[in-house]
Amino acid sequence: MISIKNLTFYYSGGDKPSLRDINLEIGDGEFVLLTGPSGGGKSSLCRCLNGLIPHFYGGKITGKVEVNGLDVTKHSTRELATMVGMVFQDPENQLVATDVDSELAFGLENLAFAKEVIARRIEEALDTVGIVNLRHRATSELSGGEKQRVAIASVLALYPDILVLDEPTSELDPKGAEDVLNVVERLNDELGITVILVEHRLDRVVAHSDRVIVLENGMITADGGPRSILSDGRVSQSGVGIPPIIKLAQAVKSRGMSLRVKRSNFIDDTPLTVKEGRIALAKTLRHSKP
Amino acid sequence: MKNLWHGYPDGFVAVKGINLKVCPGEFVAIMGRNASGKTTLVKHFNGLLKPTKGDVILDDINTKEATVAELSRKVGYVFQNPNDHLFCDTVEEELTFTLNNLEVKGEEAESLINQTLERFGLMQYRYQYPRFLSGGEKQRVALASILVAQPQVIILDEPTRGMEYRLKAELMRFLDEYRIDGRAVILVTQDVEMVAEFSDRVVLLSEGKIVVDGPKREVLSRALLFSPQINRLAQALKSYGVPDNILTADEMIEALA
Repeated sequence: MISIKNLTFYYSGGDKPSLRDINLEIGDGEFVLLTGPSGGGKSSLCRCLNGLIPHFYGGKITGKVEVNGLDVTKHSTRELATMVGMVFQDPENQLVATDVDSELAFGLENLAFAKEVIARRIEEALDTVGIVNLRHRATSELSGGEKQRVAIASVLALYPDILVLDEPTSELDPKGAEDVLNVVERLNDELGITVILVEHRLDRVVAHSDRVIVLENGMITADGGPRSILSDGRVSQSGVGIPPIIKLAQAVKSRGMSLRVKRSNFIDDTPLTVKEGRIALAKTLRHSKP
Repeated sequence: MKNLWHGYPDGFVAVKGINLKVCPGEFVAIMGRNASGKTTLVKHFNGLLKPTKGDVILDDINTKEATVAELSRKVGYVFQNPNDHLFCDTVEEELTFTLNNLEVKGEEAESLINQTLERFGLMQYRYQYPRFLSGGEKQRVALASILVAQPQVIILDEPTRGMEYRLKAELMRFLDEYRIDGRAVILVTQDVEMVAEFSDRVVLLSEGKIVVDGPKREVLSRALLFSPQINRLAQALKSYGVPDNILTADEMIEALA
């Protein structure tokens, strides 16, 4: 459980706050999508969750950030690392070892786990992320996408109950991105790991999420379920990329054609997946046939 | 590029027999799975990599006989990681550095810098330390530092990381305008939706070879992995008479009207 109250943060030497009066609560097991314009504070907010802010970045922080009851300003990143696993925007900033196996072992070794436990966890993490074949590769020779998956695996090995991923699929091809998102979704679904995912390219992830939060200029400007947030005109005005299928649905509706997306007991008009789009549009097309 | 092969010292052959021609005014997207050879391929355009076998000819110059410095006058290359570009104390200096190297100074330089900063929404960061900026902002600074020199050919390797849709669209529109006047734009990207909306030609690589090279509509329709969301929807609605080569929401709306 993450509890943030009145969080305001300035980087050292910054004259404008990067985060302004943020109030936010994220419950266990939620899948939260964090989006918004470049420079809006998304990465900064993530850094507050595992203590990098303030312990590594310094700066001026006011308000309260508590992760599982622990105040991040009063607990070390070491303590927080086993609760919050963070995968950075740039895997280069995260990979420290010369080969993949050592990379995955690194965090575990630092936390003094037993050798057998380390070996088992490395095996699991590699398997979960689908990179067993990369085990003995040199990290410097991996492609951008491979590096990103190694970073994810190295974090998973620590069994965090909160996973924070900052644009984890930005360097991945569509298949790689899908694989990673499937893993993250499964971890959330089956293990109840809380997921906070920062993304710009929403079309693939939005269906998996419970909640979408938009951060602009350091403030939360929208927070709610994916369907309502992404069909809100103000959100697209902030520059956030509305998935093509939702843009289509809105255009269809504005032309007076009705669109009904059937979702368990709800009738709704915002499709989140190709399948929902197909079902909704098929109905519309059938009804409009002479 | 004629029969281009490239093998790395550790034995890995990244590019196998590629034949590719890029003409002035083209906007080419190079796509493919991770480690399919995209970055290796494009690094040959400005001589950062020389062919193990085969030739790369830029206008009339064979890259094997030219230095990277010489080739950089014509070819701008924006790296995948913006941090690889940033080493000055201010954003403005990053741009000045490029222009100094090309012996562009004084008023001309000032004007180009102003224009470029404006274009990329970086005026407010002009005197800031680049490495303190956000991921997306750094991406823009890296782009600006190369584009300020207005190279004949611009190669961008995953330039839209960290950018929200609005900025990406602005960049794409900028590149679209840029290639007029005989310049060429080569974009290495995984962003299928952006390519569907903005490019002309798509070259798809797999394991070091070109799998398909053609107009975007041809390459992206019916593609299994590299298909835009709307195209997948179009495939599913074929039986209702929806054309199966639609790529974007706007095209679909027109088709449904």
